[in-house]
Amino acid sequence: MREFGYQQVSDVETAVATLATSADARYLGGGTNLVDLMKLGVETPELLIDVTTLPLTDISETADGGVLIGAAVRNSDLAANPVIRQRYPAVAQAVLAGASGQLRNLATTGGNLMQRTRCSYFTDVTKPCNKRAPGSGCPARDGEHHNLAILGASEHCIATSPSDLAVALVALDAVVHVREGDSARAVPLTEFRRLPGDRPDLETTVEPGALITGVSLPGLPIAAASRYRKVRERASYAFAIGSIAAAVEVSGGLVTDCRIAWGAVAAVPWRATRAEAMLRGKPVAIESFAAAADAELTAAEPLEGNAYKVALIRNVTVELLAELTGASR
Amino acid sequence: MTSSSLSSSFTVTVNGEPQLLDLDNRTTLLDALREHLDLTGAKKGCDHGQCGACTVLLDGRRVNSCLVLAVATQGHSITTIEGLGTAERLHPIQQAFIDHDGLQCGYCTPGQICSAVGALDEADRGWPSAATADVGAEKITLDDSEIRERMSGNLCRCGAYVNILAAINAVSP
Amino acid sequence: MTSTLDPATTRTPLMGQGINRLDAIAKVTGEARYSGEYPLDGMIYGWVVQAPIAKGRIRDISPASTLSMPGVLAVLDYRNAPRLSDAGDSELLLLQGDRVYYRGEAVAVVLAQSLEQARAGADALDVSYLAESHDVLLRADHPDMYTPELVNPNFPSASNVGDVDAALAAAEVVIDRVYATPAEHNNPMEPHATTAHWNGDTLLVFDSNQGASSVQMSLCRLFDLPRSAVQVKSEYVGGGFGAKGSARPPVVLASMAARLLGRPVRVTLTRQQMFAMVGYRTPTIQQVRLGSDWSGRLQALDHLAYSQTSKILEFAEQTAVVSRMMYATPNLRTAHRLLPLDVPTPRWMRAPGEAPGSFALESAMDELAQACNVDPIELRIRNEPDLEPDSGRPFSSRNLVACLREGARRFGWDDRDPRPAIRQDGRWRIGSGMASSTYPARNAPSTCQVQARSDGTFEVRITASDIGTGARTALTQIAADALRVELDRVELRIGDSDFGPAMIAGGSMGTASWSWAVVKACRDLLGQLDMHSGAVPAGGLLARADTKDDVAAQADVTRHAFGAQFLEVAVDIRTGEVRVPRMIGVFAAGHIVNARTARSQLIGGMIMGLGMALLEESLMDLRFGDYLNHDLAGYHVASNADVRSIEVSWIDEQDDQTNPSGIKGIGEIGIVGTAAAIANAVWHATGRRQRTLPIRPDRVIS
Repeated sequence: MREFGYQQVSDVETAVATLATSADARYLGGGTNLVDLMKLGVETPELLIDVTTLPLTDISETADGGVLIGAAVRNSDLAANPVIRQRYPAVAQAVLAGASGQLRNLATTGGNLMQRTRCSYFTDVTKPCNKRAPGSGCPARDGEHHNLAILGASEHCIATSPSDLAVALVALDAVVHVREGDSARAVPLTEFRRLPGDRPDLETTVEPGALITGVSLPGLPIAAASRYRKVRERASYAFAIGSIAAAVEVSGGLVTDCRIAWGAVAAVPWRATRAEAMLRGKPVAIESFAAAADAELTAAEPLEGNAYKVALIRNVTVELLAELTGASR
Repeated sequence: MTSSSLSSSFTVTVNGEPQLLDLDNRTTLLDALREHLDLTGAKKGCDHGQCGACTVLLDGRRVNSCLVLAVATQGHSITTIEGLGTAERLHPIQQAFIDHDGLQCGYCTPGQICSAVGALDEADRGWPSAATADVGAEKITLDDSEIRERMSGNLCRCGAYVNILAAINAVSP
Repeated sequence: MTSTLDPATTRTPLMGQGINRLDAIAKVTGEARYSGEYPLDGMIYGWVVQAPIAKGRIRDISPASTLSMPGVLAVLDYRNAPRLSDAGDSELLLLQGDRVYYRGEAVAVVLAQSLEQARAGADALDVSYLAESHDVLLRADHPDMYTPELVNPNFPSASNVGDVDAALAAAEVVIDRVYATPAEHNNPMEPHATTAHWNGDTLLVFDSNQGASSVQMSLCRLFDLPRSAVQVKSEYVGGGFGAKGSARPPVVLASMAARLLGRPVRVTLTRQQMFAMVGYRTPTIQQVRLGSDWSGRLQALDHLAYSQTSKILEFAEQTAVVSRMMYATPNLRTAHRLLPLDVPTPRWMRAPGEAPGSFALESAMDELAQACNVDPIELRIRNEPDLEPDSGRPFSSRNLVACLREGARRFGWDDRDPRPAIRQDGRWRIGSGMASSTYPARNAPSTCQVQARSDGTFEVRITASDIGTGARTALTQIAADALRVELDRVELRIGDSDFGPAMIAGGSMGTASWSWAVVKACRDLLGQLDMHSGAVPAGGLLARADTKDDVAAQADVTRHAFGAQFLEVAVDIRTGEVRVPRMIGVFAAGHIVNARTARSQLIGGMIMGLGMALLEESLMDLRFGDYLNHDLAGYHVASNADVRSIEVSWIDEQDDQTNPSGIKGIGEIGIVGTAAAIANAVWHATGRRQRTLPIRPDRVIS
């Protein structure tokens, strides 16, 4: 690990300004991903700005009936929050499905959205990786990729985002609040993270040096019955190989509204907008759910080692939608 | 403290005693405990938050000390296995691990015990887990599946899980 | 002072009792110090630099920039490393030349004042390589595949009784299947660590291993030192499972570095480094052919196993050996084929041979049961041999059938509907399965010293190792029984090579072998005490024992522990998730010394078996030649949530042909059979055979 300076800051402005003074500084949240990657030599900052001391640790209700989650809110506090648990259960479930109790006590909301991929080529500096070392190549496509992307990948990168939380958030129309230089900006989570394209090293759409200050969720009645379902190789304490956050509103036997997002299938938390569009107005039936999933999955470009994910995602989607609507198989 | 400095002097409370440390900023809380304070009860099993052997309590909450930079703990309070209980005065969970043989090689054990202390406190606060059927419910019933899920951040290669569960069941209210 | 021995007649034996682990307090308080936790004065940290190529040469090492970094004292590499002599393990001849034999091989050690400085120096070390093309994939049709002379530890590679081909051709039912198991890594929770210190020409190491005298011997040979000049201490060891069964790179590197610097040096491996440097279980490809009549009576058994080794050291896993002793058949053939690759050498991992071999054999037996429409338990009982099928030797004891019947009773097997894929509980398909377990019960020579002290207590010294097995407790019980005193009058000291040569904690032979030496020394001491009328003279009394001749004089019978595992699985075929709600293991393993620690150890073996069945797999990257998922997030061992109800019991077995205490080892048998039982249960749940481990979601999803 490279030597680095460490600085605590007490306000957002100072944090952003301090970062700008360095060519290679990083914000330090819970450290559960950054410190991990620093040990591996993947991240080599010269300065860490500790943003856990910022006054961004509250979860507050907003005027539109939604909530604003401070970026420094720890995962465990987020999942324990009564408002989140009752109005956005998928968010609590997604957090709780991730990592371990110890890690959730450290990890922050903002940090969670910035999590880097767990692709084993990315985390090993002795190997090529276009995301870590642009232009060096992507060995994953011809190598080990059983838990890599089936959607939105490119020839340059097939990494997946490991975040569970982001999947629930993106399903429920979350907005990311960032501070860029002197100005504040709100970016819908659907637009916050980038697909790899020919620049897999660029992971977000915000300016370098931007600081996440919070994430807001709108007042969304449908979210109160939302749910998160995660499939992983171990019963706990493992990254998803496929996950889904969903919420459905039903009236007169028809789906009147729905929210569907998938995890572990792409570099971004994948909002299944095609599936949602397909499902709206359709009868509550297994066939509708399957057709909606299939509509979204027509864009899938699976490789030999991760082709199972197409069936997996389709199956969990049908299963969860059936559960949420009481449709019988 | 300035950004140009690559090491830091700070005070952190460890097992109730203030400790003045002067450390390389790279030093993790785990290495500070093991290499600088000779508190070797917290173990290094993976150094990446993937096993839980390094679990300690930070301001009463269980955390992976391998991923916490020591410098970031200034002003905070740490409890390690050495601070939970001693041979003469065991913590009830330590005693339960002995009574139920919740250990074999012992290397994951301090982390398991610190984690159990933290997990019981979390359940007591009504925090849900991935095993909680209704995350909206206010009270948590700490049944076997809840304990297993909440203890899954502590790997035990010897496979003492069945006995760890029994030990925690014995002390949980 | 006199030592009054308790009259044997009034004393309840300690053996068999579930006494609390004697080191439990030290372990639950964090007081137990493991080998990387001894802070020696002036100690320096060493960080290993690994080769990023699977084959080739070091072109150049330029340590200048690393040496200029803060705190860095030296770089140890092949140009300044002490010369080593061959100790029979070419992987230990580290830093002796510019050749690279496998990816992740140690090419240098950076030595610095602090851990952080050592790691930074290692990250920055400038090493260039001349890479050559490598070959790292095990495949059965590889032209370099050969037949080893012996397989681990010293079995003939091949065996042949009768005419297998003719019997198969004539058989009414033939099962001919290929099974595959992946590379697996032992992953004890404690990474290998050594703290080494030279005092003149004598070497003291605190090392994490399964046998201090074995490591001592290796160091003596590597550094050309007499035994008196090397002391290995290993009081607490955080698991091994075979990965610490012999000297591994850290002890060699730390010893070399400490010699170079003239200061104590500690080398601790990272979890990632362990995937290249301390061994693993070879992947296997196994063809099993069974021929039987319609009643399931075996006419032929043919077991051919392919596995890999490295190009610098032969390790031939005894994968098919289990088939030589398990079931009666007039025609029996086993064979092993081995492929040398540019990989780290595979070594022992819990139940080498039996664990992967029984997966194939016990799966094939389940397939035969299905084909013959015979209950799997009945099939095994019908093929129960009187003598070892391969050798014709008698068994010292064999209680497989008793285990099968008791396990079936505890599980409720009689109520089982044998038809597959007919039980559904919500999203889960439910099935049950079983398999037999076995592991050899051998003994190896060991030495022991017992001292009667004038205060009426006894000190037992033996270079035993408690890697979590409970050996420390079990041997204390055995010694107390042998001395006919209560437990608190015996102080057992282990984990120090100064106590004399002894067997390692391995091959399920540790406690069995050590107990023999302990009992022998205690009996000798009792004899001496008798001559002193029970009074300990002022200087104390000392007895020494060596079981070399006793072990050599053992009767020519075959010795094995047996068991049977029954379990239930729940399979979601839409997501590929498999859960194991209930496991039952019944074992026949001689005299169980400590009911509490034995139960824990057997459960632990079954849990590792669960991991083997469902989770564990080291993924070889063909392009780079390394195990890619080299950490505990990528390599999944079972977590607490993976484990549900596990019940273990044993049948009372008296076997006076094993050793004086009637012990058969139990360290390994728990893992043997679990994977097959799970695969068989997954078939019962889903109707699909799983012949490749692990049973991953992508192999289950339909």
